[in-house]
Amino acid sequence: MSTLIEIRGLTKVYQRGKQKVEALHSVNLDIERGDFVALMGPSGSGKTTLLNLIGGLDSPTSGSIKIDGQALEKMGSGALAKWRAAHVGFVFQFYNLLPVLTAQRNVELPLLLTRLSAARRRQNAAVALQLVGLADRANHKPRELSGGQEQRVAIARAIVSDPSLLVCDEPTGDLDRETADEILGLLQTLNREHGKTIVMVTHDPKAAEYARRIVRLDKGTLVESEAA
Amino acid sequence: MKYLHLVWAGLFRKKLRTLLTLLSVVVAFLLFGMLQSVNEAFRAGADQARADRLVTNSRYSIIEMLPIGYLPRIESVPGVRTVAFASWFGGSYQDRPAQFAVFPVDPARYLAAVPEIVLPSDQAETWQRTRDGAIVGKSLAERYGWQIGDRVTVVADIWPKSDGSNDWNFEIVGVYTSPDSQQSEGALLFQHEYFDEARQFARGTVGWFLVQVEDPDRADEVAKAVDALFANSTNETKTQTEKAFAQGFARQFGDIGLIVTSILGAVFFTILVLTGNTMAQAVRERIPELAILKTLGFSDRAVLGLVLAEALLLIVLGGLLGLALAAAAISAVQAVLAGIGVQGVSLSVVLMGMAIMVVLGLCVGLPPAIRAMRLRVVDALGGHQ
Repeated sequence: MSTLIEIRGLTKVYQRGKQKVEALHSVNLDIERGDFVALMGPSGSGKTTLLNLIGGLDSPTSGSIKIDGQALEKMGSGALAKWRAAHVGFVFQFYNLLPVLTAQRNVELPLLLTRLSAARRRQNAAVALQLVGLADRANHKPRELSGGQEQRVAIARAIVSDPSLLVCDEPTGDLDRETADEILGLLQTLNREHGKTIVMVTHDPKAAEYARRIVRLDKGTLVESEAA
Repeated sequence: MKYLHLVWAGLFRKKLRTLLTLLSVVVAFLLFGMLQSVNEAFRAGADQARADRLVTNSRYSIIEMLPIGYLPRIESVPGVRTVAFASWFGGSYQDRPAQFAVFPVDPARYLAAVPEIVLPSDQAETWQRTRDGAIVGKSLAERYGWQIGDRVTVVADIWPKSDGSNDWNFEIVGVYTSPDSQQSEGALLFQHEYFDEARQFARGTVGWFLVQVEDPDRADEVAKAVDALFANSTNETKTQTEKAFAQGFARQFGDIGLIVTSILGAVFFTILVLTGNTMAQAVRERIPELAILKTLGFSDRAVLGLVLAEALLLIVLGGLLGLALAAAAISAVQAVLAGIGVQGVSLSVVLMGMAIMVVLGLCVGLPPAIRAMRLRVVDALGGHQ
């Protein structure tokens, strides 16, 4: 496996009023292509900050973060948006689907940024929904779906443009154990059978068991990296 | 176009709120369409006025009559080409105040001085020799289904006949057209000679003279010369350009332009505040959703465009509906409004309305759109915005 994510001396300092809060302190981390990494640590340890930086949602205060050879810290917000659209899929704890759109339309959203025709967009979204087992719920709006189904739609949206990297922030944090296992199983399938590199923040040790590797953070510092 | 469903879905996220806002925009543009059409009709007389024509009427009031004996004296003023005259008749038709202009005129003189109305020569000849003959504009004839040979009775309200009757019966002997202005086709013109002989009083007088000058650049000079002729007489005159006359005539009803502008200004200001508030609230509620769009790779500009498009769609949709309703409303009360020259919602009113829609849409949409554009994804997802 080759290195997909290369993080060196990554520091993130937030300004909260007059106070400066160092969320990450000089983090070094490599993540291989096709890896499934669980980021764990107590609240405030910097997991989500690190995830946001890996996903190109935020810029570091110092240090570098290269993904597939591209230095994210050097990109402006427009370039980062384009990069995200092409290379990253996002899955959140609260699904973050657009409530006014059907499952099909939600999944199609990332494809609006491509040159694909409407028919092709529909087709790709249908395939993604089929992959997550929700082909029969395509025309349902989020409020008509269960939590697990909403998260499956979110996963379909994350993979529809075939990104190499999936960034998941507590993807099972709002689900019961059984549904959580289904979702984690789905992520594992995407990792093992479709080669997606997954970085997942979780508090749940059982969820972390689905990953290949566990990276632990504490007070903004990387403290441990181990095989799951 | 591929974003249309997204814009539409965002707009109708809260259906009732959007429909109520839409309704207020519809009402605003309904008012705009109707009032601006009336305003335009009042202005049209002045806009269509010719530079080579003067109007001479009483110096003191437009309702004061002038002796017809003034005609040869006006004609003798150097620079005058032809002189015609007309009088205000008013009257009622079908038990209602006539919704069209009725003027007694001298056929030959009037047709010469007002070349913008076109009457076939055979009909002009018939009119000339038919004492109670009248000609009507094409649009007026179409409105009432009049045809040549029909008889029309207009009931006088200020001009009773010498036999005590108020009924003035005319035979329609011609239908004129006015290729440059459909509005000018809304009059009934009849023989001054018949009018003068049959009326009970004020014989030998006319309402105003239409003075066509040789050189429009010398119009002021001619006007002064005409008024100088009758200075210090019992019937002093006021000669002015046709445009000034038309504006003065319209001002009898009040400053329509100012009234319309004031009403519409208040209406649009209210819409601005109302719709602006709705849009701001709608964007505030959707900050996490907008953050998701940005997360998925929508650029700052794309998000700005989406919010702006929502505001524009709301205003344009409501505005076009309002203008369509205004056209329907004017059409429904055509008979009443045609009397003041309102034929419908013109293209210029529609274009002006659309320009207002765009400006309103930008004013209403830009502040929330800029806020959405500046949204930081991490803060918005973390609930900090």
